[in-house]
Amino acid sequence: MGSVKISNNIRKLRFFAGEMTQQQLADQTGVTRQTIVAIENGKYFPTLELAFKISRIFNTPLEEVFSYDDGSNQNKPIS
Amino acid sequence: MDLKERRILVSLLCTLVIFVWYSAHIYINYFADNPGLLNDFTFWGKAFLMLIPISVLAQIIIHIIFAIITKITTREDLPSKTDEMDRLIELKTMRVAHWIFISGFVGAMAALALGMQPWVFFVVLTLSGFVASVISEVLSIIYYRRGV
Repeated sequence: MGSVKISNNIRKLRFFAGEMTQQQLADQTGVTRQTIVAIENGKYFPTLELAFKISRIFNTPLEEVFSYDDGSNQNKPIS
Repeated sequence: MDLKERRILVSLLCTLVIFVWYSAHIYINYFADNPGLLNDFTFWGKAFLMLIPISVLAQIIIHIIFAIITKITTREDLPSKTDEMDRLIELKTMRVAHWIFISGFVGAMAALALGMQPWVFFVVLTLSGFVASVISEVLSIIYYRRGV
């Protein structure tokens, strides 16, 4: 897992969504809280379906929730 | 350690206890008195078939007790649903368990091919099933802790 350079802003987005709890996000996306914890900690990379669900809940483009760093600057999140 | 990891740990301990208890029970009550049963196919068939309901029943009872204790101590419900992460971990651990069991099966066949007594076949087969089960549960805990 160490070679994969996918990071996410879910913790920050939950904060800006009125300190949404992990359980609330889990309930809205249909997964368990443990899965949300694993995603936030970079221990699990969600499927596209779950990634899109998360981005829709925060009303944010997918690339602002998840970002992929392959060493170049092409795929950095839009700021 | 979160609830899922604890649940797998309980399941692992249950598997270990049932296997050790059942093996000791079979050995002490049957094989110690009557070594001739070691090569009795009918006895092995009955022993295997009895192990299935015993282990299923024990797992159910232990999980109910675990759920009750968890509810009382932490006021949390055990996760009732499985999601995509659970399914991915299950697939990965099942693949490993599958290969361990197949290796055991080949080993058991090799024992027969080498002219060993039939009980060796059954012991190798049983042990491979047990080891596959234990390793898949240990791997599950590792995947939940370290990520998948």
